Amino acid sequence: MNWELLFQLVVNGLIVGTIYGVVAMCFVLIYKASQIVNFAQGEFLLIGAWVCWWFLTEFDLPFVWGFLFTLIFMMIFGVLLQIVVLRPMIGEPIISVIMVTIGLSIFFQALMNWMFGVFVQPYPPIFETKSVDVLGLNVQPVYLLGMAVSVVVMVVFAWFFKFSRIGLAMRATAFDQQVAQSLGISIKQVFALSWAISAMVSALAGVVIGVVNGVSSALSFIGIKVFPAVIVGGLDSIIGAVVGGLIIGVLENVAEFTDSQWLNVGNLYTIAPFYVLIIILMVKPYGLFGTEDIERI
Amino acid sequence: MSLSVPRPCGQFRTRYRDDMTIFATPFARYSCVLGVILVALAPLVLDTYYLNLMIQIGYYGIAALGLNILVGFTGQISLGHSAFFGFGAFAATYLNNNYGIPVWLAIPLAGVWTTAVGMIFGIPAARIKGLYLAIATLASQFILEDFFARADWFSGGSYGALANPFELFGFAFDTDQSFLYVVLFYVVVMYVAAANLMRSRDGRALVAIRDHYLSAEIMGINLTRYRILSFGISSFYAGVGGALFGVYLGFVSVEAFNILLSIQFLGMIIIGGLSSIAGTLMGAAFMVLLPEVMEGGVDLLNQSVGGEIPALASGLAFLKQMAIGLAIVLFLIFEPDGLIHRWRLIKAYWKLYPFSY
Repeated sequence: MNWELLFQLVVNGLIVGTIYGVVAMCFVLIYKASQIVNFAQGEFLLIGAWVCWWFLTEFDLPFVWGFLFTLIFMMIFGVLLQIVVLRPMIGEPIISVIMVTIGLSIFFQALMNWMFGVFVQPYPPIFETKSVDVLGLNVQPVYLLGMAVSVVVMVVFAWFFKFSRIGLAMRATAFDQQVAQSLGISIKQVFALSWAISAMVSALAGVVIGVVNGVSSALSFIGIKVFPAVIVGGLDSIIGAVVGGLIIGVLENVAEFTDSQWLNVGNLYTIAPFYVLIIILMVKPYGLFGTEDIERI
Repeated sequence: MSLSVPRPCGQFRTRYRDDMTIFATPFARYSCVLGVILVALAPLVLDTYYLNLMIQIGYYGIAALGLNILVGFTGQISLGHSAFFGFGAFAATYLNNNYGIPVWLAIPLAGVWTTAVGMIFGIPAARIKGLYLAIATLASQFILEDFFARADWFSGGSYGALANPFELFGFAFDTDQSFLYVVLFYVVVMYVAAANLMRSRDGRALVAIRDHYLSAEIMGINLTRYRILSFGISSFYAGVGGALFGVYLGFVSVEAFNILLSIQFLGMIIIGGLSSIAGTLMGAAFMVLLPEVMEGGVDLLNQSVGGEIPALASGLAFLKQMAIGLAIVLFLIFEPDGLIHRWRLIKAYWKLYPFSY
């Protein structure tokens, strides 16, 4: 039993898990606000990371500016997407809404591949030091940055929904659209805003992963990985998304550990979360924190 | 009624039997038969390029019909249809290569195997629905894909499996000309079977579950049983379609059955028209022809410029994928009822022409 490796993997899992948590939060945000399941969440990461990369390499902007421009771009992108594509889908059956986001996802995936190529492109380096020492483990500073950024995002989310006026409006909309509307909340604005925030924060996660691993079309697979996370946590719970993300991140790495040590089946890293997903759906479909769907006849 | 009294235009059915026919009018019946005859005569005039496209439309159309029974008629969602399609392909080659079962028997047997697998993966459908089911089937897609890549004994692993050609009474259907008849036979059988299924008690039960599952349950329809049954039927169609796919290509490999193909199947039924049997075939045709038309369009553009446009030539694969995504989105926004709805409008317009009032 290799304890050191296991410990390293668990730490890795926690770091990756925070990023999953952030993306899952964005997913849940859209689902709660507008009852739309966004299968194109991974493409938000992909687009954000590529656009930022483009700003940095094409125009030689400093990282901060490139990143800011990316956020502005993603905000406009998210709002436009909501207005142009998702707004006509209000009131349509769930299969249509799911298919629209799936259609968008394969569209943008192909568009990004076409525009930027299929190869992994590294970001220009941001930190000088290669790795820092944390509790006897070698950790790349970008990983720490990613984790720090994720935690900050989570805290900001918590503050935003607890105390800010707009955040409260969004929660009210999630609770009951008609009541919220009668209290003077603009549902259209809330929808657009939730897509904008989701796109921006996803882009942030995409840039963080891009800085660590380089940008490639593999980023969009994070959007699929998010599903186990949100199902474990409960589809409509922001806290659940964070917890689910952490669980899935650790689980992946532990699965890889058991795989390499004992099982030797290979590829358990990618596939284990989906087994967990199926089991959770069979046993506890509403996840750890999700509200149970009670139907009135 | 004397003959001098003019019969009003349109369909006015007076008996339930009339309402239950497969074809609404004799004309529809004859045009279907005529269509089959025309396809059967196609090898005499068309070259292999067009025959290949027709065969593709055939097997994809069969698999898409299964998905339409599940999504359009029962109201369940499956994002893992291509995995079942692939399972059928692998099962047919496995049965043929390992047990020496002749291909003509292996194809329906592969369908039966896929039914069993589909019912296992359909079990979550007994408890969950809508969005949760979509995610569960998405997981089953990845799990099955992983299984294909790993199970060397079944699928040949990452190397893939070789399939023997279709043989009947010593005659090998190994050319496009002859294989078209095999596909045509299966298309006719499967489509007629589906049309009949929807007229039966079980078919109506599926539609009732889609329309309002609580009312259906109150009326005595066993929800669990019919939901899993629906998954089984849908997988049977996918398995048969996949088996034909494998036998036609002669080689089956994991990469063909990815999530994109599942999305394409969903695209076919949405573009064709949910819960429409004829529409499914239209949707399959649309999905198969769209990349071909795009290739032709790019060729035309290249010719008009007088050289190759490098961005278009290198990005053609991506352009095709973009077109698929865009087609799905545009259809959902502008024509959610699919091509069949357009067709019905055209028919309604001409039915009473020129006195449409």
